[in-house]
Amino acid sequence: MVRVEFLGPIQKEPLELDITNLNELAEILKKDETMQGWLENSAVAVNDTLVSSRDFALKDGDRVALLPPVCGG
Amino acid sequence: MLYLYDGALDVPRILKEWYEQEASSNYGAYIPFVGTVRSEDGIDGLSFDIYEPILNSWFDAWQQKAKERGAIIKMAHSRGDVMLHESSYIAAVFSPKRRVALEFIDEFVEDFKASAPIWKYDLKDAKRIYALDRSTAIKGSGILK
Repeated sequence: MVRVEFLGPIQKEPLELDITNLNELAEILKKDETMQGWLENSAVAVNDTLVSSRDFALKDGDRVALLPPVCGG
Repeated sequence: MLYLYDGALDVPRILKEWYEQEASSNYGAYIPFVGTVRSEDGIDGLSFDIYEPILNSWFDAWQQKAKERGAIIKMAHSRGDVMLHESSYIAAVFSPKRRVALEFIDEFVEDFKASAPIWKYDLKDAKRIYALDRSTAIKGSGILK
């Protein structure tokens, strides 16, 4: 299983999904009304490293995080 | 050297501590930047969420860049609520010469604003409102759209 966490202002509980890549995650989240607007402006990290392509393989135990727009300071 | 605190930063104490930590390190320049919450748009204050694992790796990469120029960076940031006229952010560069420190603090703070995984909320009328219009999408965002 892959754990998916939604950081900062995305008000959504973590998911545990049986997926093998980020493409599958994208297809699942696109059907989720609560994610409308967040997919286009959020970055994605796998095991706390940002990734730049959704052609990214996932394995059992991986952790995916969605990071919406930031503003520290 | 990254320091996270619950609530507002004790600015005089932190600046003094950092000064004392490096007092005999032979740095010729100590350039701090202090961010203070201003009164605007009727807010009572700001509030912050931080994702520490990625903040730590982002900061470590900058510390390595600083090291390559003979400098070091220190940064302090608040978690949770920070009210008007209190401070939520301090960044400082120590370097042998002032020019490196002045340039580096500018580059560092700009990237901090664009990349550090920290989320800001306005505190207004007892609500915590995400400051989306002042936020920046991290480079590479949107791969799942």
